[in-house]
Formats: sequence, structure tokens, C-alpha cells
Amino acid sequence: MFPRPVQSRGPAAVAAYQALLPVALLLWLLPLLGVALTSVRPTADLAAGNYFGWPSAFAWDNYAAVFRNSPIGRYMLNSLIVTVPTVIGAVALSCLTGFALGVYRFRSNLLIFFMFVAGNFVPFQILMVPVRDMSVQLGLYNTYQGLILFHIAFQTGFCTLFMRNFIRALPRELIEAARVEGVAEWRIFWFIVLPLMRPAIAALSVLIFTFIWNDYFWATVLTTSAATQPVTAGLYSLNGQWIAQWNLVSAGSIVAALPPVLMFFAMQRHFIAGLTLGAVK
Amino acid sequence: MTEARPSAPRAAAPPRSWWRANQQRLTPWLFLAPGILMFGLYVIWPIFESFWLSFYDWDGLGEARWIGWGNYRELRSDPAFYTSLRNNVLWLVLYLLAVPAGLLIALFLNQTVFGIRLYKSLFFFPFVISQVVVGLMFSWFYAPNFGLFYKLVEWLTGTGVAVLADPDLVTYGIIAAGLWPQIAYVMILYLTGLNNVAPDQVEAARLDGAKGWRMLWYVILPQLRPATFIAVVVTVIGALRSFDLVSIMTDGGPFGSSRVLSFYMYEQALSEYGYRMGYGAAIAVVLFLIMMVFISGFIWKMVRDEREGY
Repeated sequence: MFPRPVQSRGPAAVAAYQALLPVALLLWLLPLLGVALTSVRPTADLAAGNYFGWPSAFAWDNYAAVFRNSPIGRYMLNSLIVTVPTVIGAVALSCLTGFALGVYRFRSNLLIFFMFVAGNFVPFQILMVPVRDMSVQLGLYNTYQGLILFHIAFQTGFCTLFMRNFIRALPRELIEAARVEGVAEWRIFWFIVLPLMRPAIAALSVLIFTFIWNDYFWATVLTTSAATQPVTAGLYSLNGQWIAQWNLVSAGSIVAALPPVLMFFAMQRHFIAGLTLGAVK
Repeated sequence: MTEARPSAPRAAAPPRSWWRANQQRLTPWLFLAPGILMFGLYVIWPIFESFWLSFYDWDGLGEARWIGWGNYRELRSDPAFYTSLRNNVLWLVLYLLAVPAGLLIALFLNQTVFGIRLYKSLFFFPFVISQVVVGLMFSWFYAPNFGLFYKLVEWLTGTGVAVLADPDLVTYGIIAAGLWPQIAYVMILYLTGLNNVAPDQVEAARLDGAKGWRMLWYVILPQLRPATFIAVVVTVIGALRSFDLVSIMTDGGPFGSSRVLSFYMYEQALSEYGYRMGYGAAIAVVLFLIMMVFISGFIWKMVRDEREGY
């Protein structure tokens, strides 16, 4: 193990290390803690200049006010309506593409695979005008479907990379044995490979959920009204309305950040497995 | 078509057996079809369309007018374009600091003491939060007169700095905000990598008297190479894609000094400054070509690894 375990330097080192950890964490999360504290600060505190002392009282009402005075509830719902179908769609499509590219050997296999990989890296702006224009033409501009379809298509790039590499690592003998038995190819996919992909599906679902929930660029490009806008874009417009009402801005930010954070803590192992696939060989 | 002859009798047999004979060849294409269709329509085709559009003068509604290299000629003498380009370079260089910083935190946290798992998750936490929220957090952090950072500088030097209102500092301030989640991401990549470092090699090197920096440089880092590769890829791409933070924290200001290419493109094509789709497309093409240099490098390495593996 590297670096050398603190335990090997004696109990004093362990104690020092354990004392250092919370201090380091506090410094690291300082902006977050500041915002968390501001979100429960009464307006009177801000007026009196108490910006980062302990709040004079915990104004949980800030959170209620955010929901009462702004369409943030609607925004959150919009985000959910866009995110969930995207996760299902992108994961489903990439199970298929990943299977095709991971199991079969044919001439253009690598070419198609790297088309997905390269496409996943391109700047969003090169797609912006044509995608927006196409959505307008198809009547999908400012609708959930328009945003969902684009997200599914774009995420298929990353998901294919992920699924294909995962399937590549599965034991090939399983598939070969099934073929010798004369099992149809789609049955091999459905009954042999798909059950083995469960951990990959879980990891990708959590990751894509977070990516899409946090997407801001496409939310601003493809939606315009509070009826369809996801919470990231909504927060931007609310920030314009709540000038200097930092307690409301903070409360709104925390509400918007909560779903992916909860998802992360609930599915931590899958999340990290997904993010670090390929970091070890 | 000459090869089709020997199989002609088989074609006459019931379709079921034709399928059986060809299913190994056709199945991958059936599985790929929906994915390729969607990806082609929404990602591949628009790239070509943007290239084509960049030769037009178009407001997004009326008739598009062919102007050849006109947009690119205009870019060449556009000071805002150069500001954006310069900021993109700054982003790229400074964002790469996330790699050593992430490694440092990973080394710090790679211990087994009580509660370390929770510490690791909490250090990773900033990556999970939307960049919009990160941007708002740092705006508050930098806010003149009462922001934590402003107060800190005031306490240290006597006068506070309004980072986001200062044309010379604003980009650095935004990059610092971007580094926060990016360092967390790199950290988790390295933590996973460190977890998989071969313990026998470390022990052998220790017996040979290697420790500290030499151990890190000659024994550990070579084993972390896959993690470093991914960390560099995601950091370079992230730096060139930076948009959210600029939009949230400054909207390109003050006086357009914090623009980056991605933001300038959006501003030209889709904001109150006018709907100059062709000009926007030209900016996007420049950004795309810059990114293609890096993407080709990454893909080239991945193809090489792939060939070696099989």
C-alpha cells in the first residue's frame, strides 16, 4: 500500500491523522458549508450584516418560501420527467450497441465503436444550431420529448463505450458454448449476457441520472418556459429574480442539488464503479 | 456477386434456414441499428451541418445567404474571439492542475482508519453537484463586501477584491470554481488506481530502499498510468467544454472578459445580441477543430491499446 499506512508510524501518527481529516474536509467543503448555512439564515441576519456568523435563528421557512414564491417545484418535476426516460432509453440502446460491438467480430466494428467514443467528446456547440433547428422543425422545441430524444442520442456514445468494454470483459466461453448448442443470437443476448450486465446497468443508470439532472446547456438551448425547463435552467432565471436574496438563492441551490446527491449516497458503490471503469487495467 | 451462386439453392429453402445461415452476420447490425440511427441523426450529422452553416449568413428564420469564408474572415479581426481563445488556453492549462491536485488528495486519503470511507465520499461530493449550483456557491464565496473569500483577502491585505468584477481576475476566479469538482473527480480516479497498485511490487521496492517521492515517481505512477490517462482526457475535455460556470457566474462579463469560445458561440447564435447562426457555427467549428486535435490523440492511443490487447 502506498503511501505507507499511518498505523506503522505509531498511535500518535494515527491520532494526528484522524485530527487532520475533519480539518481538511472542513476547508474543502467551505463553499458548500457557507451556502448551507446561508440557506437557513433569516433575512434579518443578512440585513444586519451577519453573513457568516452563526444564524440568529434557523429560518427553515426559507425553503418553504422558495417553493411558495417560485416555480421550483415545477422545475424539479420537469427535471425528473426529462431524466428518467433518458436514463432508460440510453441504457437500453447501449445494451444493444454494447452487445453488438463487444461480442461480434466484423470489419467495421472498431470504426463504429470509435465513432461513438469520438462523438461523445465533441463540443456541444458544434451540435447546437442544427439540433435546435431540427427540434423546431419537428415541433419538439420546448417540449420534454425534444430534450429527452437528444439526451438519449448523445448519451448513447458514452454508454456504448461503457457497455462494450464491460461485455468484452465477460467470459467468451459462455457465448461460444451457447452457440454450439444452437441457441439463437437474440436468446444469447436476452438470457445469457443481459443478466450478467446487471452491475453495468446499475452503474450507468446512476451516472446518467446525475449527468442529465445536472445538464444546463441543453436545458437552456432546447427549452424556454417554466412549464418545461429543468431545474438547472430554472435556477439561473431565479437567480436573476432574487438579486441579493442570498438566503433564497442558497435554499434553491440546495433543493436543486439534492436528488443527485441522494442518488450518489444511496448508490455510491455503483456510482464510483461506473466513473472509474478503465481507471484500472 | 459471383459468390452468391453457390448459396443460391439455399436461398430457395424456407426463410427460417436463410436466417439461421446468416444470423451471425446480421445480428450485430440489427442490434446496432437504433443506436446508430439516433447517434447519427443527433450527433454525427449535425457536425457536418454546422460546418456547412458556417459558410452562410443566417438569422435562424429567414433565407440563408452563402458568404463563403466571410464568417471566418470576420473572426480573424474580432477582438472578442481572441479574448475567448486566450481564456480557453488559460482554462486548459490551469484546469490540468486538477490532475496533480487530485493525486495529492488521493494520496492523503489512501489510508485505512475508522470512518475513512465517509471522508472519501465527502471529498468526492462536489463532483455530484450541478455546475450551476457550484457557480452560485462560488459567486457567493467571492461576493464583494460580504463573501467569505472577499473577507479573507480583506483580513489578510486590508482591501478586499471583487474577483468577478475584475476583468483581469475573473477568469481565474471561474477556473478555481471549476477546479473544485474536477479535483474531486480526479481524486476518485486515483483512489481507485491506488487501490489496485500491486502490493508485492511496493514491498519489493521498499526492501530496495525506495520511499517517498522516488517511490511515487518510479514505482507508483507507472502503475497509475491508466488512471492518469483518463484523468487527463476528462480534464482536457472538461476545460474546453466549460460553459455553465461562465454563464452562471458572470454571463461572460465584465465587459466580455471572461468569455470562452463555447460561451461566445452561444452568445452570438442565441442571445439578445442577435441570432447570428452562421457566425456562431464558425466559432463552433474552430472550437471543434481545437478539440479534434486532442480527441484524435486520445482515440489514437485507445486504438493502439485495443490492437495490443487482441
